Amino acid sequence: MELKKTFNVLYPPCPDYTGNSRSAEARTSKGWGGAGLEEAGQASREKKKKKKKKNRAALRHSPRPSRCRKLKPASMVDSCFVSQGLTALAAFLLFPFDSLAASQIEDQAEQFFRSGHTNNWAVLVCTSRFWFNYRHVANTLSVYRSVKRLGIPDSHIVLMLADDMACNPRNPKPATVFSHKNMELNVYGDDVEVDYRSYEVTVENFLRLLTGRIPSSTPRSKRLLSDDRSNILIYMTGHGGNGFLKFQDSEEITNIELADAFEQMWQKRRYNELLFIIDTCQGASMYERFYSPNIMALASSQVGEDSLSHQPDPAIGVHLMDRYTFYVLEFLEEINPASQMNMNDLFQVCPKSLCVSTPGHRTDLFQRDPKNVLITDFFGSVRKVEITTETISLQPDSRIMESSYKEDQMDEELMEPLKYAEQLPVAQIIHQKPKLKDWHPPGGFILGLWALIIMVFFKTYGIKHMKFIF
Amino acid sequence: MGLLSDPVRRRALARLVLRLNAPLCVLSYLAGIAWFLALAFPPLTQRTYMSENAMGSTMVEEQFAGGDRARVFARDFAVHRRKSGALPVAWLERTMRSVGLEVYTQSFSRKLPFPDETHERYMVSGINVYGILRAPRAASTESLVLTVPCGSDSTNSQAVGLLLALAAHFRGQIYWAKDIIFLVTEHDLLGTEAWLEAYHDVNVTGMQSSPLQGRAGAIQAAVALELNSDVVTSLDVAVEGLNGQLPNLDLLNLFQTFCQKGGLLCTLQGKLQPQDWASIDGPLQSVQTLLLMVLQQASGRPHGPHGLFLRYRVEALTLRGINSFRQYKYDLVAVGKALEGMFRKLNHLLERLHQSFFFYLLPALSRFVSIGLYMPAAGFLLLVLGLKALELWMQLHEAGVGPEEAGGISGSSPPLPLTQGVGLASLVAPLLISQAVGLALYVLPVLGQHVATQHFPVTEAEAVVLTLLAICAAGLALPHNTHRVANPQAPDRGWMALKLVALIYLALQLACTTLTNFSLGFLLAATMVPAAALVKPSGPRCPLGSWPAVCCSRGAPGSSACSAWHLLTFLVRLLGSRSEAPAASALGGEPWMDTWDMELARADLAQPQVHTPTLAISAHRGPELCLRR
Repeated sequence: MELKKTFNVLYPPCPDYTGNSRSAEARTSKGWGGAGLEEAGQASREKKKKKKKKNRAALRHSPRPSRCRKLKPASMVDSCFVSQGLTALAAFLLFPFDSLAASQIEDQAEQFFRSGHTNNWAVLVCTSRFWFNYRHVANTLSVYRSVKRLGIPDSHIVLMLADDMACNPRNPKPATVFSHKNMELNVYGDDVEVDYRSYEVTVENFLRLLTGRIPSSTPRSKRLLSDDRSNILIYMTGHGGNGFLKFQDSEEITNIELADAFEQMWQKRRYNELLFIIDTCQGASMYERFYSPNIMALASSQVGEDSLSHQPDPAIGVHLMDRYTFYVLEFLEEINPASQMNMNDLFQVCPKSLCVSTPGHRTDLFQRDPKNVLITDFFGSVRKVEITTETISLQPDSRIMESSYKEDQMDEELMEPLKYAEQLPVAQIIHQKPKLKDWHPPGGFILGLWALIIMVFFKTYGIKHMKFIF
Repeated sequence: MGLLSDPVRRRALARLVLRLNAPLCVLSYLAGIAWFLALAFPPLTQRTYMSENAMGSTMVEEQFAGGDRARVFARDFAVHRRKSGALPVAWLERTMRSVGLEVYTQSFSRKLPFPDETHERYMVSGINVYGILRAPRAASTESLVLTVPCGSDSTNSQAVGLLLALAAHFRGQIYWAKDIIFLVTEHDLLGTEAWLEAYHDVNVTGMQSSPLQGRAGAIQAAVALELNSDVVTSLDVAVEGLNGQLPNLDLLNLFQTFCQKGGLLCTLQGKLQPQDWASIDGPLQSVQTLLLMVLQQASGRPHGPHGLFLRYRVEALTLRGINSFRQYKYDLVAVGKALEGMFRKLNHLLERLHQSFFFYLLPALSRFVSIGLYMPAAGFLLLVLGLKALELWMQLHEAGVGPEEAGGISGSSPPLPLTQGVGLASLVAPLLISQAVGLALYVLPVLGQHVATQHFPVTEAEAVVLTLLAICAAGLALPHNTHRVANPQAPDRGWMALKLVALIYLALQLACTTLTNFSLGFLLAATMVPAAALVKPSGPRCPLGSWPAVCCSRGAPGSSACSAWHLLTFLVRLLGSRSEAPAASALGGEPWMDTWDMELARADLAQPQVHTPTLAISAHRGPELCLRR
């Protein structure tokens, strides 16, 4: 939070700011190449430009200060340099630089800045109560377990559980919630911090949580204190239908409400990027209406399909998990904080042969290529940090800096404004074509007509009769 | 819109109804009967399915393994019972306490309306024993009941043994969210009724009983268990309750799914599931099952102790272990596992059972007919009465003119005031008298039996029968003021108006009965509608003309109808070649071979409402009676 405030002081959001930050960014990323870039040659730079354009999308909309980075090669071979920037916001970055191949260096530099987030949040929601919906609680808890294992602290996780399965009198194994049969994996764990429980899980509370319109008395643990540098993971599960998700058997949230809430979050600068995952019947209908930028969405099933359960356990007497989340959990269990798995791997996690339903995903609102988005960008709170005590001196190459600066300026002009998806297709919704304009005679014609009438009038009566008229 | 307001079309329609009345009536009646028979076949029957989410699958692990323990309990119980000659209360209390239940007893007593000659009892008193297994981690707000009735003739010791062994097993589990009541009642239904009344703190049958010391929450579901034979080869399930009430279909579905899971042979009305629908056997068997169920339901008697629970809106069914001398036998573990599975699924319930049907017919265990599909059968039958009434109404309107000039515009207006004059005023007396006779039939025999026994050398049972007959005879002899109805200037008009009112009244009563108890309503309609439609004084002095009317109106009041059902049931049973219960044991153990007076005693004790349909019958048969000249 403090970090954020400093940013605001230093870089008040103004239209021309984006360009500055962009160029500073480019400068640093070019600068890292150091001496190596000279060998790389022009050709490789041209190639990189294309990649950079893609990445720019992530960078351009949000101000980013150039920071003082100390880069230290892991193998301790070559030189690094200190970029110019604000030393007050120093971040120490590990940057492997084992060979002289400049392209690789650039790759990694870009890798580092692929995501513009500085903090991670997770909102995990289970909307169903009752013992026979055990699996939904287990779904949510398994995602909770994964994000917590990958480094998001409880203070940054808002966990909403509509029912307490661990303490349900029907639970033959009290104080546990299992995700695998034969009691192989207890996702309830030792410390679960449930922020919204039982009847607090309502549509109103959920929307207030997302949009931050919360009474001032709300405790900190029940708030989503994200900013425009937050990557947010929103996971929802429950019973749903085409265009809605049921909350607690008594109310529903529609896909339009959800889309509007996300737009509000975007306008209030409450997220940098948002990953939305939903495991419910006809889940794809829930993300159809999203129109705010930087949202990637996944669902367990297409419209018209049911999501199915998995892991029947006769001892507990219910299904323990839903298929989609079960395979997502299996996938996440393999992820470690340094994992290079990307979103494309997550899309492949549950093919139809396993899920029975067809999982869907939507990436058109997202600015980055999913293959460049690490799983840990959302599921983990990963900071590549290494502290060095050595002084590293680097000679900035002024020629390269200058040329890249020019390129950047050119890029700025070409840069298109941030893309929004088409908002609500109003015409489709109300089933009306835009009204055609009625034909109207041109203005000159009417003017001429009047002139003719007046002329005929004077011709007939003459000017001397004017006094009889008026 | 213009069909009735346009005089020309109206007349055309009227002529059509008048001319085609008889064929239409026959057609409608046949359609009703055909529809009813078609209910047993697939397009009208659907497969049963579980509607309740909380009991969605049979996915629970049955761990019951106390077969030996159950047998030991059963043997001990039988020994103690033989020793004491009644329910061994002390032993039961001790044993229940030893398996860890909260044990309470309840004593009750009731004087039977007539002395029960077969069992030599008049003043019945007994003690119910019940143990409550408290849910370890939930508040005692809801409960389930497993009950075993111990009658004077049926020992049911196997069932008691299984109940105790199950209680011991259930006690070891920690997943109960509802209390479970293990109830052993004495004197069959009497004990069950006494316990239920005390539990719900009502007294509808004049039973003297001690209040319950311990109770659990609202009862969500109950299962009654009867294992009279030591050898069980199949399980029969009974659903029909008091006055034809049925439990929610989901409870039956639950039983059926666990039968399938455990590979148990389950029967309904003693009939196995029809296997092949291609040949004639399958449909024939399902027709038999359907007919048996209809007869059972129409009798209004509870088909087992579960029937009394239904009055308190507790979903319940009775399981009977049947020995049909097959090769393969089930031990108590198999039955116990099915019960454990059912209770564990019922334990998952979050609300009362309400998702599935309450009104249904069962042509097989896994097939049902919903109310929307079986009501048209009764509707067609009642349509006959409507058509007849319409015909009479039109004839009354146009009686002043000859049938050939009925089309005349002036013809319809003059007789109208005449009709009204004939109607209403003179119809009141016969209607009131027949109502009064119906009421007398309902009340007097039971009220007057003691008086009768004091003054005449008859027993109470005979007194009731004789009183019934006397009232019937007296009803025929009563002056009905029919001579006033028989108007001299229009001789036909009187009986037409009377029959018109009687038909409408009958149709209304039958429709109401059909809604609450389809089987009774349908059977009454099937038998009464032809008679009511056909009956007609053919000549002014012809006694034959009035005879059927008398017969139909007075011949079969409710009680004898009741015994007629039993006869029919018996016949259908004998017809069914594949009946699970051998005829001999069925005759020996089943209540339809009880004496009729015991029937009535039971009916009076446990089910005062059972007479309500009887009242309805006699009441709406009354007006018919007045057709006699």
